[in-house]
Amino acid sequence: MIDFTEEQIERYSRHIILPEVGAEGQSKLLESKVFMIGAGGLGSPVAYYLAAAGVGTIGIADADVVDLSNLQRQIIHNQDRIGMPKVESARETMQALNPDVKVNTYNYFVTEDNIRDIISEYDLIIDGCDNFPTRFLVNDACYFEKKPLISGAMFRFEGQVATFKPHQQKDAPCYRCLYPEPPPAGLVPSCSEAGILGALAGAVGTIQAVEAVKELLGIGDSLAGKLMVFDALRMEWKKLKLRKDPGCPLCGDNPTITELATYEQACELKFGE
Amino acid sequence: MSVTVRIPTPLRKLTGGSDEITVDGTTVGDVIESLESAHPGLKERICDDAGEIRRFVNVYVNDEDVRFLEGRATALKDGDELSIVPAIAGGC
Ligand SMILES: [Zn+2]
Repeated sequence: MIDFTEEQIERYSRHIILPEVGAEGQSKLLESKVFMIGAGGLGSPVAYYLAAAGVGTIGIADADVVDLSNLQRQIIHNQDRIGMPKVESARETMQALNPDVKVNTYNYFVTEDNIRDIISEYDLIIDGCDNFPTRFLVNDACYFEKKPLISGAMFRFEGQVATFKPHQQKDAPCYRCLYPEPPPAGLVPSCSEAGILGALAGAVGTIQAVEAVKELLGIGDSLAGKLMVFDALRMEWKKLKLRKDPGCPLCGDNPTITELATYEQACELKFGE
Repeated sequence: MSVTVRIPTPLRKLTGGSDEITVDGTTVGDVIESLESAHPGLKERICDDAGEIRRFVNVYVNDEDVRFLEGRATALKDGDELSIVPAIAGGC
Protein backbone atom coordinates (compact mmCIF):
# COMPACT_ATOMS: atom_id res chain seq x y z
CA MET A 1 0.00 0.00 0.00
CA ILE A 2 1.09 3.54 -0.77
CA ASP A 3 2.46 5.74 2.01
CA PHE A 4 0.09 8.67 1.84
CA THR A 5 1.35 12.19 2.32
CA GLU A 6 -0.65 14.37 4.71
CA GLU A 7 -1.97 16.26 1.76
CA GLN A 8 -3.20 13.05 0.14
CA ILE A 9 -4.92 11.97 3.34
CA GLU A 10 -6.79 15.24 3.34
CA ARG A 11 -7.48 15.27 -0.40
CA TYR A 12 -8.92 11.77 -0.41
CA SER A 13 -10.48 11.85 3.08
CA ARG A 14 -14.07 11.50 1.77
CA HIS A 15 -13.03 8.34 -0.04
CA ILE A 16 -10.89 6.94 2.74
CA ILE A 17 -13.74 7.29 5.23
CA LEU A 18 -15.95 5.04 3.09
CA PRO A 19 -15.60 1.46 4.35
CA GLU A 20 -15.90 0.21 0.73
CA VAL A 21 -12.91 2.30 -0.29
CA GLY A 22 -10.69 2.98 2.72
CA ALA A 23 -6.97 3.66 2.58
CA GLU A 24 -6.45 0.41 0.76
CA GLY A 25 -8.94 1.27 -1.98
CA GLN A 26 -7.54 4.76 -2.37
CA SER A 27 -4.08 3.29 -2.66
CA LYS A 28 -5.39 0.96 -5.35
CA LEU A 29 -6.81 3.91 -7.30
CA LEU A 30 -3.50 5.75 -7.11
CA GLU A 31 -1.79 2.70 -8.54
CA SER A 32 -4.39 2.18 -11.29
CA LYS A 33 -3.97 2.96 -14.97
CA VAL A 34 -6.96 3.87 -17.09
CA PHE A 35 -6.96 4.52 -20.82
CA MET A 36 -9.65 6.69 -22.37
CA ILE A 37 -10.62 6.90 -26.02
CA GLY A 38 -11.91 10.38 -26.76
CA ALA A 39 -11.47 13.71 -24.95
CA GLY A 40 -14.85 15.02 -25.99
CA GLY A 41 -18.31 15.07 -24.44
CA LEU A 42 -18.07 11.76 -22.57
CA GLY A 43 -14.31 11.96 -22.06
CA SER A 44 -14.66 15.30 -20.26
CA PRO A 45 -16.61 14.16 -17.19
CA VAL A 46 -14.83 10.79 -17.13
CA ALA A 47 -11.37 12.41 -17.14
CA TYR A 48 -12.43 15.03 -14.61
CA TYR A 49 -13.81 12.56 -12.08
CA LEU A 50 -11.09 9.96 -12.51
CA ALA A 51 -8.47 12.66 -11.95
CA ALA A 52 -10.36 13.91 -8.90
CA ALA A 53 -10.58 10.35 -7.59
CA GLY A 54 -6.81 10.03 -7.78
CA VAL A 55 -6.57 7.40 -10.50
CA GLY A 56 -2.79 7.46 -10.70
CA THR A 57 -2.24 7.17 -14.44
CA ILE A 58 -4.72 8.31 -17.06
CA GLY A 59 -4.01 7.85 -20.76
CA ILE A 60 -6.15 9.77 -23.20
CA ALA A 61 -6.29 9.54 -27.00
CA ASP A 62 -7.86 12.05 -29.37
CA ALA A 63 -6.54 13.66 -32.55
CA ASP A 64 -8.74 16.73 -32.50
CA VAL A 65 -8.19 20.29 -31.36
CA VAL A 66 -10.59 22.26 -29.18
CA ASP A 67 -13.26 24.08 -31.16
CA LEU A 68 -15.70 26.71 -29.93
CA SER A 69 -18.67 24.44 -30.76
CA ASN A 70 -17.26 21.82 -28.34
CA LEU A 71 -17.64 24.02 -25.28
CA GLN A 72 -21.42 23.56 -25.04
CA ARG A 73 -20.66 20.14 -23.44
CA GLN A 74 -16.93 19.35 -23.35
CA ILE A 75 -16.33 20.85 -19.95
CA ILE A 76 -12.73 19.75 -19.58
CA HIS A 77 -11.76 22.38 -22.16
CA ASN A 78 -12.33 26.12 -22.08
CA GLN A 79 -12.34 29.28 -24.17
CA ASP A 80 -8.59 29.84 -23.82
CA ARG A 81 -7.82 26.38 -25.18
CA ILE A 82 -9.45 26.83 -28.60
CA GLY A 83 -7.08 25.46 -31.21
CA MET A 84 -5.11 23.41 -28.65
CA PRO A 85 -5.00 19.61 -29.00
CA LYS A 86 -7.81 18.23 -26.86
CA VAL A 87 -5.53 15.76 -25.10
CA GLU A 88 -3.22 18.62 -24.08
CA SER A 89 -6.13 20.69 -22.82
CA ALA A 90 -7.48 17.67 -20.91
CA ARG A 91 -4.08 17.07 -19.35
CA GLU A 92 -3.85 20.67 -18.12
CA THR A 93 -7.30 20.54 -16.57
CA MET A 94 -6.71 17.18 -14.87
CA GLN A 95 -3.36 18.20 -13.45
CA ALA A 96 -4.69 21.53 -12.25
CA LEU A 97 -7.38 19.59 -10.36
CA ASN A 98 -5.06 16.93 -9.02
CA PRO A 99 -1.27 17.01 -9.44
CA ASP A 100 -1.09 13.39 -8.19
CA VAL A 101 -2.31 12.20 -11.56
CA LYS A 102 0.10 11.30 -14.32
CA VAL A 103 -1.51 11.97 -17.70
CA ASN A 104 -0.27 10.27 -20.86
CA THR A 105 -1.48 11.99 -24.00
CA TYR A 106 -1.94 10.31 -27.37
CA ASN A 107 -2.60 13.05 -29.90
CA TYR A 108 -3.84 10.68 -32.57
CA PHE A 109 -6.63 8.23 -33.23
CA VAL A 110 -6.42 4.65 -32.10
CA THR A 111 -6.15 2.26 -35.05
CA GLU A 112 -5.73 -1.46 -35.56
CA ASP A 113 -1.97 -0.83 -35.73
CA ASN A 114 -1.49 0.95 -32.42
CA ILE A 115 -4.34 0.07 -30.08
CA ARG A 116 -3.15 -3.27 -28.69
CA ASP A 117 0.26 -1.91 -27.76
CA ILE A 118 -1.30 1.09 -26.05
CA ILE A 119 -3.97 -0.70 -24.03
CA SER A 120 -1.65 -3.48 -22.92
CA GLU A 121 -0.17 -0.89 -20.50
CA TYR A 122 -3.50 -0.15 -18.81
CA ASP A 123 -5.88 -1.84 -16.37
CA LEU A 124 -9.17 -0.53 -17.67
CA ILE A 125 -10.35 1.03 -20.92
CA ILE A 126 -13.08 3.64 -21.31
CA ASP A 127 -14.67 4.26 -24.67
CA GLY A 128 -16.20 7.64 -25.36
CA CYS A 129 -15.50 7.78 -29.08
CA ASP A 130 -18.05 8.92 -31.59
CA ASN A 131 -18.19 6.35 -34.36
CA PHE A 132 -19.02 2.70 -34.90
CA PRO A 133 -15.81 1.46 -36.52
CA THR A 134 -13.80 2.65 -33.51
CA ARG A 135 -16.29 1.04 -31.09
CA PHE A 136 -15.81 -2.32 -32.79
CA LEU A 137 -12.04 -1.83 -32.91
CA VAL A 138 -11.88 -0.99 -29.20
CA ASN A 139 -14.14 -3.92 -28.29
CA ASP A 140 -12.06 -6.42 -30.23
CA ALA A 141 -8.75 -5.05 -28.96
CA CYS A 142 -9.96 -5.18 -25.34
CA TYR A 143 -11.07 -8.76 -25.85
CA PHE A 144 -7.68 -9.83 -27.24
CA GLU A 145 -5.76 -7.93 -24.55
CA LYS A 146 -8.16 -9.12 -21.82
CA LYS A 147 -9.00 -5.63 -20.58
CA PRO A 148 -12.34 -4.63 -19.09
CA LEU A 149 -14.11 -2.01 -21.19
CA ILE A 150 -16.63 0.56 -20.04
CA SER A 151 -18.46 1.83 -23.06
CA GLY A 152 -20.64 4.92 -23.23
CA ALA A 153 -22.58 6.35 -26.14
CA MET A 154 -25.11 9.08 -26.69
CA PHE A 155 -27.36 10.51 -29.35
CA ARG A 156 -29.54 13.62 -29.05
CA PHE A 157 -31.34 12.90 -25.75
CA GLU A 158 -30.38 9.28 -25.30
CA GLY A 159 -27.48 7.52 -23.62
CA GLN A 160 -26.19 3.96 -23.25
CA VAL A 161 -23.61 2.57 -20.84
CA ALA A 162 -22.31 -1.00 -20.58
CA THR A 163 -19.32 -2.87 -19.20
CA PHE A 164 -17.72 -5.60 -21.28
CA LYS A 165 -15.38 -8.15 -19.76
CA PRO A 166 -16.01 -11.46 -21.51
CA HIS A 167 -12.49 -12.58 -20.61
CA GLN A 168 -13.35 -12.44 -16.90
CA GLN A 169 -16.77 -14.03 -16.76
CA LYS A 170 -17.80 -16.91 -18.97
CA ASP A 171 -21.33 -15.64 -19.46
CA ALA A 172 -20.40 -11.96 -19.89
CA PRO A 173 -21.02 -10.50 -23.34
CA CYS A 174 -18.91 -8.23 -25.54
CA TYR A 175 -20.06 -5.28 -27.65
CA ARG A 176 -20.50 -7.57 -30.65
CA CYS A 177 -22.90 -9.75 -28.64
CA LEU A 178 -25.02 -6.63 -28.24
CA TYR A 179 -24.65 -5.30 -31.78
CA PRO A 180 -23.06 -7.85 -34.13
CA GLU A 181 -22.78 -5.32 -36.94
CA PRO A 182 -22.58 -1.57 -37.23
CA PRO A 183 -25.35 0.23 -39.09
CA PRO A 184 -24.50 0.95 -42.72
CA ALA A 185 -22.49 4.13 -43.19
CA GLY A 186 -24.65 7.17 -43.72
CA LEU A 187 -27.60 5.82 -41.75
CA VAL A 188 -26.53 7.34 -38.49
CA PRO A 189 -26.05 11.09 -38.38
CA SER A 190 -23.09 12.47 -36.45
CA CYS A 191 -23.45 14.75 -33.42
CA SER A 192 -22.91 17.82 -35.55
CA GLU A 193 -25.75 16.76 -37.83
CA ALA A 194 -28.04 15.42 -35.13
CA GLY A 195 -27.34 17.71 -32.19
CA ILE A 196 -26.78 16.67 -28.61
CA LEU A 197 -28.07 18.01 -25.32
CA GLY A 198 -24.87 19.15 -23.61
CA ALA A 199 -25.62 18.02 -20.08
CA LEU A 200 -26.50 14.54 -21.36
CA ALA A 201 -22.75 14.02 -21.79
CA GLY A 202 -22.39 14.66 -18.06
CA ALA A 203 -25.12 12.17 -17.15
CA VAL A 204 -23.68 9.38 -19.30
CA GLY A 205 -19.98 10.12 -18.71
CA THR A 206 -20.44 10.35 -14.97
CA ILE A 207 -22.07 6.91 -14.90
CA GLN A 208 -19.01 5.62 -16.80
CA ALA A 209 -16.73 7.24 -14.22
CA VAL A 210 -18.69 5.75 -11.30
CA GLU A 211 -18.54 2.34 -12.90
CA ALA A 212 -14.82 2.72 -13.63
CA VAL A 213 -13.99 3.51 -10.00
CA LYS A 214 -16.11 0.54 -8.81
CA GLU A 215 -14.44 -1.73 -11.35
CA LEU A 216 -10.97 -0.63 -10.22
CA LEU A 217 -11.89 -1.13 -6.58
CA GLY A 218 -13.77 -4.36 -7.25
CA ILE A 219 -16.82 -3.23 -5.28
CA GLY A 220 -20.55 -3.52 -5.87
CA ASP A 221 -22.32 -5.06 -8.83
CA SER A 222 -20.63 -4.71 -12.19
CA LEU A 223 -22.61 -3.50 -15.17
CA ALA A 224 -21.26 -6.47 -17.13
CA GLY A 225 -24.26 -8.23 -18.65
CA LYS A 226 -26.43 -5.13 -18.40
CA LEU A 227 -27.16 -2.22 -20.66
CA MET A 228 -28.10 1.05 -18.98
CA VAL A 229 -30.25 3.17 -21.24
CA PHE A 230 -31.02 6.78 -20.39
CA ASP A 231 -33.85 8.76 -21.94
CA ALA A 232 -33.37 12.39 -20.97
CA LEU A 233 -36.71 13.54 -22.35
CA ARG A 234 -38.57 11.06 -20.15
CA MET A 235 -35.91 11.43 -17.45
CA GLU A 236 -35.73 7.69 -17.14
CA TRP A 237 -32.97 5.10 -16.76
CA LYS A 238 -33.63 1.51 -17.75
CA LYS A 239 -31.44 -1.48 -17.10
CA LEU A 240 -31.76 -4.16 -19.77
CA LYS A 241 -30.25 -7.63 -19.80
CA LEU A 242 -27.35 -8.12 -22.11
CA ARG A 243 -26.63 -11.72 -22.90
CA LYS A 244 -23.60 -13.41 -24.27
CA ASP A 245 -24.31 -14.58 -27.81
CA PRO A 246 -22.88 -18.09 -28.35
CA GLY A 247 -22.79 -17.18 -32.06
CA CYS A 248 -20.76 -14.01 -31.43
CA PRO A 249 -18.02 -13.78 -34.08
CA LEU A 250 -15.55 -12.60 -31.43
CA CYS A 251 -16.30 -14.16 -28.04
CA GLY A 252 -18.71 -16.92 -29.09
CA ASP A 253 -18.17 -20.66 -29.38
CA ASN A 254 -16.76 -20.58 -32.91
CA PRO A 255 -15.11 -17.21 -33.33
CA THR A 256 -14.39 -15.98 -36.85
CA ILE A 257 -12.56 -12.86 -35.68
CA THR A 258 -9.21 -13.96 -34.35
CA GLU A 259 -7.18 -10.80 -34.87
CA LEU A 260 -7.77 -7.11 -35.46
CA ALA A 261 -8.99 -6.57 -38.99
CA THR A 262 -9.41 -3.35 -40.90
CA TYR A 263 -12.04 -1.18 -39.35
CA GLU A 264 -13.51 0.92 -42.08
CA GLN A 265 -13.24 4.63 -41.59
CA ALA A 266 -11.67 4.15 -38.18
CA CYS A 267 -8.93 6.60 -39.05
CA GLU A 268 -10.91 9.02 -41.13
CA LEU A 269 -13.89 9.61 -38.92
CA LYS A 270 -13.43 12.38 -36.44
CA PHE A 271 -13.88 11.80 -32.76
CA GLY A 272 -14.86 15.16 -31.55
CA GLU A 273 -17.28 16.82 -33.89
CA MET B 1 -53.29 -8.15 -26.10
CA SER B 2 -52.32 -4.58 -25.42
CA VAL B 3 -48.64 -3.77 -25.08
CA THR B 4 -46.70 -0.56 -24.68
CA VAL B 5 -43.88 0.19 -27.09
CA ARG B 6 -41.12 2.59 -26.15
CA ILE B 7 -39.91 4.59 -29.09
CA PRO B 8 -36.27 5.75 -28.99
CA THR B 9 -35.36 9.35 -29.78
CA PRO B 10 -34.12 8.67 -33.33
CA LEU B 11 -37.48 7.17 -34.38
CA ARG B 12 -39.75 9.74 -32.79
CA LYS B 13 -39.96 11.79 -35.93
CA LEU B 14 -41.98 8.90 -37.37
CA THR B 15 -44.41 8.87 -34.44
CA GLY B 16 -45.10 12.58 -34.39
CA GLY B 17 -42.88 12.92 -31.34
CA SER B 18 -44.59 10.21 -29.25
CA ASP B 19 -42.21 8.35 -26.97
CA GLU B 20 -44.68 5.61 -26.11
CA ILE B 21 -47.31 3.90 -28.23
CA THR B 22 -49.87 1.34 -27.15
CA VAL B 23 -50.70 -1.28 -29.77
CA ASP B 24 -52.26 -4.72 -29.99
CA GLY B 25 -50.42 -7.91 -30.84
CA THR B 26 -49.83 -11.41 -29.52
CA THR B 27 -46.24 -11.67 -30.75
CA VAL B 28 -43.36 -9.27 -31.30
CA GLY B 29 -43.89 -9.65 -35.07
CA ASP B 30 -47.57 -8.66 -34.71
CA VAL B 31 -46.62 -5.61 -32.75
CA ILE B 32 -44.15 -4.51 -35.41
CA GLU B 33 -46.92 -4.82 -38.02
CA SER B 34 -49.31 -2.82 -35.82
CA LEU B 35 -46.64 -0.16 -35.38
CA GLU B 36 -46.22 0.02 -39.15
CA SER B 37 -49.96 0.51 -39.72
CA ALA B 38 -50.11 3.22 -37.10
CA HIS B 39 -46.87 4.92 -38.16
CA PRO B 40 -45.73 3.95 -41.65
CA GLY B 41 -41.96 3.79 -42.00
CA LEU B 42 -41.28 2.33 -38.55
CA LYS B 43 -41.00 -1.25 -39.73
CA GLU B 44 -38.21 -0.64 -42.23
CA ARG B 45 -36.22 1.06 -39.49
CA ILE B 46 -36.54 -2.01 -37.25
CA CYS B 47 -36.52 -4.84 -39.80
CA ASP B 48 -34.57 -5.62 -42.96
CA ASP B 49 -36.15 -6.49 -46.32
CA ALA B 50 -36.66 -10.09 -45.23
CA GLY B 51 -38.57 -8.90 -42.18
CA GLU B 52 -35.85 -9.91 -39.72
CA ILE B 53 -34.97 -7.53 -36.91
CA ARG B 54 -31.87 -5.61 -37.98
CA ARG B 55 -28.55 -6.51 -36.37
CA PHE B 56 -27.96 -3.01 -35.08
CA VAL B 57 -31.40 -2.72 -33.51
CA ASN B 58 -32.37 -4.63 -30.41
CA VAL B 59 -35.95 -5.23 -29.37
CA TYR B 60 -36.56 -5.95 -25.72
CA VAL B 61 -39.63 -7.41 -24.08
CA ASN B 62 -39.44 -5.96 -20.62
CA ASP B 63 -35.71 -6.37 -19.88
CA GLU B 64 -35.03 -9.34 -22.17
CA ASP B 65 -33.62 -9.13 -25.71
CA VAL B 66 -35.95 -10.99 -28.12
CA ARG B 67 -32.91 -12.44 -29.92
CA PHE B 68 -32.53 -14.62 -26.83
CA LEU B 69 -36.25 -15.41 -26.67
CA GLU B 70 -38.05 -16.41 -29.85
CA GLY B 71 -37.27 -13.37 -31.96
CA ARG B 72 -40.29 -12.07 -33.83
CA ALA B 73 -42.31 -15.09 -32.69
CA THR B 74 -41.85 -14.16 -29.02
CA ALA B 75 -45.28 -14.33 -27.37
CA LEU B 76 -46.51 -11.31 -25.46
CA LYS B 77 -48.85 -10.92 -22.57
CA ASP B 78 -51.06 -8.04 -21.58
CA GLY B 79 -49.07 -5.18 -20.10
CA ASP B 80 -45.71 -6.20 -21.55
CA GLU B 81 -43.41 -3.37 -22.47
CA LEU B 82 -41.43 -3.45 -25.70
CA SER B 83 -38.33 -1.29 -26.04
CA ILE B 84 -36.58 -0.57 -29.31
CA VAL B 85 -32.88 0.08 -28.64
CA PRO B 86 -30.88 1.06 -31.70
CA ALA B 87 -27.09 1.13 -31.64
CA ILE B 88 -25.80 4.62 -31.03
CA ALA B 89 -22.18 5.66 -31.25
CA GLY B 90 -21.87 9.31 -30.26
CA GLY B 91 -19.38 10.31 -27.61
CA CYS B 92 -18.85 13.81 -28.73
ZN1 LIG C 1 -19.27 -11.27 -28.00
